[in-house]
Amino acid sequence: MAHAEPAFKLKIANLSLFVLYVNTTDMAQLKNQLDTRVNKTHNFFSNTPVALDLSAIANSNISPDFADLMSFMLDHGMHATGVIGGSTEQREAAVQSGLGLFPDTIVKPAIKTAPVPTTAPSITPNAEKNNQPELPELGLTIDTNNNNVLDSDTQRQNPVSQVPPTFRPTMIINKPVRTGQRIYAEGSNLVVLGVVNAGAELIADGDIHIYAPLRGRAIAGAQGNENARIFVHSLEAELISVAGCFKVFENGIPENLRGKPVQVHLNGSDLIIQPLLS
Amino acid sequence: MSKVIVVTSGKGGVGKTTTSASFSSGLALRGNKTVVIDFDVGLRNLDLIMGCERRVVYDIINVINGEVTLKQALIKDKNCDNLYILPASQTRDKDALNLEGVERILNELKESFDCIVCDSPAGIESGAFTAMYFADEALVVTNPEVSSVRDSDRILGILAAKSKRAVDGLDPVKEHLLITRYDPKRVEAGEMLSVTDIQEILRIPLIGVIPESESVLQASNAGTPAIHLDKSDVAEAYRDVVGRFMGDERLPMRFVTVEKKSFLKRLLGGR
Repeated sequence: MAHAEPAFKLKIANLSLFVLYVNTTDMAQLKNQLDTRVNKTHNFFSNTPVALDLSAIANSNISPDFADLMSFMLDHGMHATGVIGGSTEQREAAVQSGLGLFPDTIVKPAIKTAPVPTTAPSITPNAEKNNQPELPELGLTIDTNNNNVLDSDTQRQNPVSQVPPTFRPTMIINKPVRTGQRIYAEGSNLVVLGVVNAGAELIADGDIHIYAPLRGRAIAGAQGNENARIFVHSLEAELISVAGCFKVFENGIPENLRGKPVQVHLNGSDLIIQPLLS
Repeated sequence: MSKVIVVTSGKGGVGKTTTSASFSSGLALRGNKTVVIDFDVGLRNLDLIMGCERRVVYDIINVINGEVTLKQALIKDKNCDNLYILPASQTRDKDALNLEGVERILNELKESFDCIVCDSPAGIESGAFTAMYFADEALVVTNPEVSSVRDSDRILGILAAKSKRAVDGLDPVKEHLLITRYDPKRVEAGEMLSVTDIQEILRIPLIGVIPESESVLQASNAGTPAIHLDKSDVAEAYRDVVGRFMGDERLPMRFVTVEKKSFLKRLLGGR
């Protein structure tokens, strides 16, 4: 008998997940504030899975009307998936309404890791930033980062960037880049292994690495990414630029940098060129 | 298997036609059936350097347009039995050269020749592009000065990106660096780029260094390719280039350092 192709795989994935911390059993108040908050950042949620954290109301003997809350959240693009914490009655009510249950026990991770900047800020209306309940560590990692909390009175600058970016593989060039040639790594990083001669141009929306002399131009963060960097094995460039901030070397490259391995990054509006320690 | 070799540089006046003439002659002298094609339509020079300008009746454009056969247009070289010249047209403009026509001619030439040398015009316009498009190998002629090196760099970029081999995804065009008009004295004085400087920028294998010499001008005016000159370092250098091209890699690189004159020579006032 021929082996059947496996029809599925069952795995644990570490996904970022939004958690809505329910701080009150007054659903009218919660819905009111949630409505205001979500309307400010319109289009931020779109069928986005959200877990409900009931820890703060676990001592209350009132169970929220989950069905009503779920449909309200769905109207705002949030797809309630399950509850974390809460009293036994609350958790039962949640199950009745079709919600899942995240394990209630707090499992400390074996290794304390530094808080990772998250792409998923939690929404805590009227919550103190430093007053976050401890989250259980689950197979499904729920990232929270106190620095990144979206309070109802703080406005995120760019909610769109919170959507996980589509990942583009690094562009790798293993030939010399010659005068008149222009390489553009759209939406990705650029790695060049060959020499980049005078009159050649490297452009990347991300970082640029050059493991050879750079004699032409290198433009990183072309679409405005101020965190983009340029790493050069031997700096002999005509021009370098990060997020539109550029430097030309009309009077030559300073002695301590010329022909040296350097990195270039942006500090405010200053373009910093630093020798790389070997 | 016949080879198409383009002699190119980007910049004008660096010695492409001189090199085409001497290189193709050298190949023929070594027994290769060779044809050299002048792609500089409108500014034809190769026939002058080869000394056959008075025998030009038909040219490459006549062949492309089907007005004459290839045999009618080919001119047999006066110095080498194995060498033929396909001249450019002086009266047409360069748009008359089209890729289909050139490919047809090259395919026909491949049937009877071992080496097809294409003398490219200067610049990166259609004439230069047509000359390099079908190349298997390229001699990139460079003078030891920055603008020439920069232009060669540009040409190398085009070869790597736009030649037929690049477009079809075949092995890349084999590149050879040929440095001409090299004057070791001026290099030592810091007035010229050195071989090392040029290689550091272009990063392709060096096939030869042709020293700066007055005899090149005399040879051109006389209509004799420089490789035929007696007791000339230029002729020696071109013979070395052909030798290396044919696979003799042991040949030492000559004419790159200042030659020390012997005491006797200085005493007798030799050059």
